[in-house]
Amino acid sequence: MRNPQLNATGSLQHLLTLEDLPADIVERILDTAVPFVSIAERDVKKVPLLRGKTVFNLFFENSTRTRTTFEIAAKRLSADVINLNIGVSSTTKGETLLDTVDNLAAMNADMFIVRHGQSGAPHLIAQHLSATDRRHIHVINAGDGRHGHPTQGLLDLFTIRHYKQDFRRLTVAIVGDVLHSRVARSLIHGLTTLGTPEVRVIGPQTLLPTAVESLGVHVYNDMRAGLAGCDVVVMLRLQNERMKGSLLPSAGEFFKHYGLTVEKLQLAKSDAIVMHPGPMNRGVEIDSAVADGKHSVILPQVTFGIAVRMAVMSILAGN
Amino acid sequence: MKIEISNGRVIDPKHGIDRKASLYIAAGRIAAVGEPPVGWHADRVIDATGLIVCPGLIDASARLREPGFEYKATLESEVAAAVAGGVTRLGCPPDTDPPLDEPGLVEMLKHRARALNLAHVYPIGALTVGLKGNTITEMGELTEAGCIAFSHADAPLVDTQVMLRALQYAATFGYRVWLRPQEVHLGRGGVAHDGEVATRLGLPAIPGFAETIALEAIFELVRATGVHVHLARLSTHDGVARVRAAKRAGLPVTCDVAIHHVHLCDVDIGWFNAQCHLVPPLRGLRDRAALRGGLADGTIDLICSDHTPVDDDAKQVPFAEAEPGATGLELLLPLTLKWAHEDKVPLSAALARITVEPARVLGLEAGHLGPGADADVCVFDPDSRWVVEPAALRSQGKNTPYLGVELAGRVRYTLVGGQVVHEA
Repeated sequence: MRNPQLNATGSLQHLLTLEDLPADIVERILDTAVPFVSIAERDVKKVPLLRGKTVFNLFFENSTRTRTTFEIAAKRLSADVINLNIGVSSTTKGETLLDTVDNLAAMNADMFIVRHGQSGAPHLIAQHLSATDRRHIHVINAGDGRHGHPTQGLLDLFTIRHYKQDFRRLTVAIVGDVLHSRVARSLIHGLTTLGTPEVRVIGPQTLLPTAVESLGVHVYNDMRAGLAGCDVVVMLRLQNERMKGSLLPSAGEFFKHYGLTVEKLQLAKSDAIVMHPGPMNRGVEIDSAVADGKHSVILPQVTFGIAVRMAVMSILAGN
Repeated sequence: MKIEISNGRVIDPKHGIDRKASLYIAAGRIAAVGEPPVGWHADRVIDATGLIVCPGLIDASARLREPGFEYKATLESEVAAAVAGGVTRLGCPPDTDPPLDEPGLVEMLKHRARALNLAHVYPIGALTVGLKGNTITEMGELTEAGCIAFSHADAPLVDTQVMLRALQYAATFGYRVWLRPQEVHLGRGGVAHDGEVATRLGLPAIPGFAETIALEAIFELVRATGVHVHLARLSTHDGVARVRAAKRAGLPVTCDVAIHHVHLCDVDIGWFNAQCHLVPPLRGLRDRAALRGGLADGTIDLICSDHTPVDDDAKQVPFAEAEPGATGLELLLPLTLKWAHEDKVPLSAALARITVEPARVLGLEAGHLGPGADADVCVFDPDSRWVVEPAALRSQGKNTPYLGVELAGRVRYTLVGGQVVHEA
């Protein structure tokens, strides 16, 4: 089955997932993002690439941070941005997801940036737009359930490339709640697409999905063993509701086994970088000394995130 | 009315008949196969040259959506779909709204189905009141009203004590109980098979061993009570192995598989195709192969359609939120033929899984063409191909993973009690 994010000629129609996204498209997005980083450092931070276009931030799940970065990215491209925080309440009002999409499409939207709590929601919207002959509207997945968060994956790749250049010599460890993490899934696909020889996932069995090795990763339950020789350490956020219950006994015990401390980080390479998609739980998955330390590239990730999102929107808009 | 179905290939699995012959029907019953009765004079002759003539199909599980879900489908639409698919008798699970837990509801369903005079409908009563898993139903009254067995459909039966009591009570009076084996807690919230596909797509998953754990619990209760249990919708490799062993050990169990699970697996979900959101979930390739193996060696007694009409709106939502199920009455025959073709199963053996075997499990004197039997007959063209699309389906449910797919096998005539109720 053809991935619905590519059109018949194989170019990018929507950005729904990094799975199966060809390496040349990934690299083109990363290359396009490079000059956008410097735009942010200028006095006038705007370019007219999306002038006259209307971008809808369609957030069915709350997220101030991701929504803001998309908003800034779109505005720096001179687009008109409309923010809609639909939350869960709209479904109780009876309007379906696709009704909402149809209404906004009728307002001549050019781009939908979709965050939804259910895996596959952006695919559903993209397929609906194709089926109703509105292929000119582009969909960007801003996080769907546990499935994917492709712009986060791309900004992670951008950050890694910025500091480490060649993916083909790297060892990357992704630590924590992989089971519920769309960030982890997108990053794994991106890393394997770009030829990273060793991608590791580290966590307890309760937080690793079944058959995760099938994604092309090596599984470590012991964090110390997993960190050995790593160039890149990616810490995942642990959601509050998962800190106690049948997945984990307590946040404290999680930190003891899987929290990143200065001492554990010493097992990685001496020039290793530490990443986190944010928002961080200090003292749960990461110690403050690491988060604020010299290995941390967590704040540059945020800066690069805007440039990468600008690149994705710009390419989708045909530039 | 005397009807002669001439020159077809008559296949009657129960009697080992598979040859070119004519079928003679008089007074609503099968009069003869091959040689006409003395002094035969037909009122109508149906030329079945090049067609297959077999017993009317029996679908052990088809949801008709009445009462309560008339916006998804109605008795009228679904029994019309049944005969269009060659199905002349069907078992109807109790998960209606309200559930089939009162004799009045069952009588009403039987009465309305009779009035339509198409396929025969056999309600399967609720095992507990409201399918809530607390109080056992009046199984005696429900049996008198027309229930042929009792089940909990897909509703969770959490309390093993209640299950034990229900099985003891059913065993006391010789009622059959149908259970879908899935451990309640492991199944909670899951929408896909726990494997590579669910991991890739980030879908909440149900492990395969949710089935085997439930099977072993059911086997213990069968040993304790002696009740006959029919295991509905087997889905896993290990599940088939456990049932095979249980049957060898002499436990009074039978089991079925839904036709979609004979053909599809989790990979077919593709990019979140909600038409593939089924219960139980489509499992892995190895599981599908084992289900086919179970059909081949008789571990799995029968194939049902598990017909579940769902309205478009309920499928036009993200995968996990989509209402599970697929329309199936009109696909049961072509998909059974597809399986027979792919696995080189003799046609007679394949048709047995949707005629005489379900008749046996449902406890019906039907599903064959012996002299004196009710003349329920399906006449179909095994080579005629058609494309599955909404307009081609009589069922109000247009929800199927096979939309847009071309299948072979088209029903030309369906007879119920010697009357032609469908021709195309």
